[in-house]
Amino acid sequence: MSALPLPAGDALLWRPEPYRIERVRRDLADTFSLDLVPAGGGAPLAFRPGQFNMLYAFGLGEVPISISGDAEAGGPLVHTIRAVGPVTEAMRGLRAGAVLGVRGPFGSHWPVVEAEGMDLVIIAGGVGLAPLRPAIYYALRHRRRFGRVCIFYGARTPDDLLYKAELKRWRGEFDLVVDVTVDRASHDWAGKVGVVTRLVEGGGYDPLHTVALVCGPEVMMRYAARALLARGVAREGIFLSLERNMKCAVGLCGHCQLGPHFVCKDGPVFRLDQVERLLAVDEL
Amino acid sequence: MKRLTLDGLEALFAALRGQGFELIGPQLRDAALVLGPLEHAAELPVGWTDTAQDGGRYRLARRPDRAHFGYVVGPQSWKRYLFPPEEVLFRARRSGEGFALDPAEPPPRRAFIGVRACDLAAIQVQDRIFVHDPGYQARRAAAFIVAVNCTEAGGTCFCVSQDTGPQARGGFDLALTELCTDARHAFVAEAGSAAGAALLDALPGEAADAADLAAARDAIAHAAAHMGRRLDNAGLAEALRARLEHPHWQQVAERCLSCGNCTMVCPTCFCANVEDRASLDGDSAERVRSWDSCFNLEHSYIVGGNVRSSGAARYRQWLTHKLAHWHDQFGVSGCTGCGRCITWCPVGIDITAEAAALRAG
Ligand SMILES: Cc1cc2nc3c(=O)[nH]c(=O)nc-3n(C[C@H](O)[C@H](O)[C@H](O)COP(=O)(O)OP(=O)(O)OC[C@H]3O[C@@H](n4cnc5c(N)ncnc54)[C@H](O)[C@@H]3O)c2cc1C
Ligand code: SF4
Ligand code: SF4
Ligand code: FES
Repeated sequence: MSALPLPAGDALLWRPEPYRIERVRRDLADTFSLDLVPAGGGAPLAFRPGQFNMLYAFGLGEVPISISGDAEAGGPLVHTIRAVGPVTEAMRGLRAGAVLGVRGPFGSHWPVVEAEGMDLVIIAGGVGLAPLRPAIYYALRHRRRFGRVCIFYGARTPDDLLYKAELKRWRGEFDLVVDVTVDRASHDWAGKVGVVTRLVEGGGYDPLHTVALVCGPEVMMRYAARALLARGVAREGIFLSLERNMKCAVGLCGHCQLGPHFVCKDGPVFRLDQVERLLAVDEL
Repeated sequence: MKRLTLDGLEALFAALRGQGFELIGPQLRDAALVLGPLEHAAELPVGWTDTAQDGGRYRLARRPDRAHFGYVVGPQSWKRYLFPPEEVLFRARRSGEGFALDPAEPPPRRAFIGVRACDLAAIQVQDRIFVHDPGYQARRAAAFIVAVNCTEAGGTCFCVSQDTGPQARGGFDLALTELCTDARHAFVAEAGSAAGAALLDALPGEAADAADLAAARDAIAHAAAHMGRRLDNAGLAEALRARLEHPHWQQVAERCLSCGNCTMVCPTCFCANVEDRASLDGDSAERVRSWDSCFNLEHSYIVGGNVRSSGAARYRQWLTHKLAHWHDQFGVSGCTGCGRCITWCPVGIDITAEAAALRAG
């Protein structure tokens, strides 16, 4: 994907804009979503599905977080965050009314417009569903522009499934295939057990006319790509969103490099053939 | 072109000071040539040289003459003035529920005295990297560059291979070639910008004559003919891209200490950490950028582990970035041939030798 131009004027490159938390949703024990609006009023920044922002906790740190809301709704900016360390833990403690800094949007996006006319296969692992949700919203808004639409979602346990109410609603849509699996079931789980890559074998999509969007742990994405290729989906139709350490998001800190790529600005969304060879090399 | 005497050089220093520039140049400190503020030409390392550099080896020696620029490069480069080792990117204060950022401070106006061609090339490389970085661009625009053409090469120099030197070709305000023989001591000065031309016009001195120009040309050619190292760049980037899994990475890793010296002394390396800090009372905060290195384990940290945990992977990142992926990212090599990483490697790992070994294997 081609990188979008830098978001703000150069003078603003490092400077976060204050955004007020309008609403907090507790998604899971360790995962929450924040609805953000510009603290000074006005419309939240525009973004494309798959892009991310740098979220700044005052004096504490800044972390890359994907935008998980609807790009066309014009409402607040939504981020879904898993608390895993100091910055994300601090963000978990914030309530409505608190202010965060936002820089962005950054990076490449899911090729949802380019995928129109094709079958769309969305494969998510764990919190990887968050960056894919804007692509799902796009497909739902413009449902008639796509062939078959499949969502394959895997999490460790039923308690780790994100956006449960929405998943249920999507399942109810007659023209949407929603298949969910967990690695380890609990006693009240009646659904599938096993790795998400197994779901790729089903779904009834036409591999020769499919665009697949994949986000999750890197090993899971490698297996998903392999399964998609095995089913006959073309390399050019498979897109992955990669994660690397990011300290700037604008190609200046060097931390996110993968071979020739800066994951922050050339990615995070890559077409499989751009990164396949690189991902196969250990510790690159 | 003008011929300056020693007095003319001093007049140049005075003129720059008069224009409000802080002068930064090489000077002798703790048995090495380092960069720092200076006011007079006599504060340069007059009569010293450091050309006897080798892998892991740097020694200063006395010269038989009073040359003012009779050395090559020390451990520091101009990078520290354009992309400082530590820099406050912004300061912020709490205001109500939110926060407000202080306005950016104006950059210092500095004149860099004695920028070698390899380091001039390095500045041009970083110009491409930091094209959107407001702090870098402000400092860069405020800098006045006095280049010096090399008339002797150091033992680890290979600017000729990298096509960056030993003569400065553009990107400077003034360029000097020092002629220091028994017969005379002079500086052939060339302007490279309008500001440089205006300054040069006002300096005492005569137009350089054909003999001056020929002497300068010969002196630079002498340096070009005595490079301590060479690197064959033809097809090198492709060769390295095809050797990401070569066993030689492991062989280098057995010697490499992962100390990161090579990245710290390198004039083009740009990796940085970005840290946010708060005051004790939590009312104010700042964001600080500081140099980092791909040899640090945490450089590639993500929740769940470090991507490049082995030393071999980190050395591979450094070498392939410099000599292969830099071309993809910025359209130039990440190496200007300054030789610092060879000289300042505690175990003498040599980028030119490792690149050659990888290519051969
Ligand atoms: C493009 C992109 C999109 C992301 N989207 C989301 C999202 O939507 N939701 C979510 O919960 N998480 C997301 N992450 C991961 C998230 O950025 C990390 O979990 C977070 O940086 C951890 O920060 P910490 O300070 O709380 O934890 P620590 O483990 O203490 O991290 C310390 C620092 O290391 C860096 N770092 C650590 N892990 C990562 C990582 N995985 N990626 C990049 N930098 C890292 C950060 O600079 C961080 O501040 C995304 C990462 C990337 C690269
Ligand atoms: S990745 Fe390593 S070699 Fe490349 S700029 Fe950063 S420190 Fe230098
Ligand atoms: S890689 Fe080594 S020789 Fe090349 S510019 Fe950097 S320090 Fe100088
Ligand atoms: S995050 Fe800094 S270069 Fe990509």
